[in-house]
Amino acid sequence: MTETGATLLHAPRADDDDLARLLLIRHFELALLDLFGRGELNGTTHTCLGQEYVPVALRRLLTEADFVFGNHRGHGHYLARFDDPAGLLAEIMGREGAVCAGVGGSQHILRDRYVSTGVQGESLPVAAGVALHLKRTEPGTLACVFIGDGTWGEGAVYEALNLASLWRLPLLVIVENNGIAQSTPTTRQMAGTVRARAEAFGVRHHGIESSDLSTIRDELAPLVSEVRIEGRPLVAEFATHRLGPHSKGDDTRDPEAVRHAQAEDWYRLYGEADPERFARADEAQRARVEAIVREVSARPPSRWDP
Amino acid sequence: MRVGENLNAALHGLLESDPSAYVIGEDILDPYGGAFKITKGLSSRFPDRVLGTPISESGITGLAAGLALCGDAAVVEIMFGDFVALAFDQIVNFAAKSVTMYGSRVPIRMVVRCPTGGGRGYGPTHSQSLQKHFVGVPGLSVYEMSPLHDNRAVLDAMLASGGPCVFFEDKILYTRRVNDVGDLFRHDVVPGGGGGADVARVFLDDPEAADCVIIAPGGMVDRAVRAMRDLLLEQEVTCCLLVPSRLYPFDAEPLLPALRGARAVLVAEEGTAGGTWGSEVAHQIHRLMWKDLRRPVALVSSADSVIPTAAHLERAVLVQDSTIHDAVLEALRD
Repeated sequence: MTETGATLLHAPRADDDDLARLLLIRHFELALLDLFGRGELNGTTHTCLGQEYVPVALRRLLTEADFVFGNHRGHGHYLARFDDPAGLLAEIMGREGAVCAGVGGSQHILRDRYVSTGVQGESLPVAAGVALHLKRTEPGTLACVFIGDGTWGEGAVYEALNLASLWRLPLLVIVENNGIAQSTPTTRQMAGTVRARAEAFGVRHHGIESSDLSTIRDELAPLVSEVRIEGRPLVAEFATHRLGPHSKGDDTRDPEAVRHAQAEDWYRLYGEADPERFARADEAQRARVEAIVREVSARPPSRWDP
Repeated sequence: MRVGENLNAALHGLLESDPSAYVIGEDILDPYGGAFKITKGLSSRFPDRVLGTPISESGITGLAAGLALCGDAAVVEIMFGDFVALAFDQIVNFAAKSVTMYGSRVPIRMVVRCPTGGGRGYGPTHSQSLQKHFVGVPGLSVYEMSPLHDNRAVLDAMLASGGPCVFFEDKILYTRRVNDVGDLFRHDVVPGGGGGADVARVFLDDPEAADCVIIAPGGMVDRAVRAMRDLLLEQEVTCCLLVPSRLYPFDAEPLLPALRGARAVLVAEEGTAGGTWGSEVAHQIHRLMWKDLRRPVALVSSADSVIPTAAHLERAVLVQDSTIHDAVLEALRD
């Protein structure tokens, strides 16, 4: 794959629940950038603007018994699994009710079977261990790891893929290939392709160009089921776009590249497909996030006893 | 019984008593049974939970952390401790941090075993003592194998600690007899208040009335005891050797009675000087007994050098009996 771009064969569809979740994540991320702009947040954050549909598509292919590993750009991964924007915002703002007492912040979250860490590639061997445990104790469940195209620079990825393929572990690797690793275009950091790398380990690869939830689910459902039942690891690579900066105000891309990403933004495509319903849902989530920001900002600081 | 046999028995016992326990590593399966034969027989008895792996130290350490995250107990063998550098990220940035970085305590029952140290001519990348690089990492404990501690008890303490542990095993010890301190000395154990913090003592007759106290991890016991013997027979100097099993976290407080009676205190370790476990111990002792010390705690380390392969060159670099012997005399000089 040399070009990335979410293309659609037909108008995208989402039921009310999916649409609400997509828009929740979008408005959550926009609210974070706004909070940063106003100096209300400590540290840094990585928004998933443009990529929200990936974890939302996956959520109906996964069960509560599956482990999910998010990453440094993980707000969407978390919110697709838990309808808990207040808990996540409190975590990011260090307020009472934070998922991890404000210790982990944006990048380090553990809740039930959801885990994220901030080091590229580190999660893959860990997920392989979790998959081994699940295979032995809860057959039919899997470990799902979200990584980016940049993560493929890390050796840990290959050590884990080799183990997973060799030992037939139920490992599902979701690659959000947004064409850029922080500030470095994928074409300047990756030789060859994700597909060829996966296949070199005997791991099946499936590329997804669409941002339509039902298309994605139809394509992935039988493959995910093979991961569960046959312990056959899968790399599912989404051609997607990062609309925002890597963290905040550090976007050095050509404005043309950003415009191209915006043109293919699921938000625009879904909006055009069903304008009235979309507008209502959009306003509802915007207002919901606005209220949560107000409520969480007023909370006292989180407490932690190390 | 040899120390290596004691460790092998400890691993057998762990796999037998804990059905969630795994032993993971390169070339650990029978009939090979590991580069140092410490895993001999394990895979024949527990084929499902003894996993021979590709050469992927980072991958298998992460795999162990994943098992531990799910509540299993995982012991990883790093074939040569030098290679633990390849697993540093998984140990320091994932396993150790996971204990606390998610806001509430997450138990990670995981031990990374590292055959360590020189004296066998394996050269610069197969002989190092890397303990100091793991000291002071929140959530991570550092232990060292000793001929005076039962490995099963130490293994249980490490897994019960709730956090990941790095276990350094001086390779020379594998073939040494357990609890052997020669015919001159006695030995006992000072309980350290749980967590595997027991400290073994080797002494002549009264451990609290020695001229010099030597604090050293397990790998130094043979060398320290030989130095103590020479010091006693040739110089009539008495020493008490204190051997902690857990190097970090370390609490010097229980050692104070032994230290107070001594005219000199020395910490000996095989690693190179600079930011070492020994300097951490010395700092604690300085803080606790500054006014009572005749002189600063002396540190004995190997030379600031890579570890050469040729026997005569290797000897010149690594701490020897004579290094400790001379350092004790120097520390006692008025």
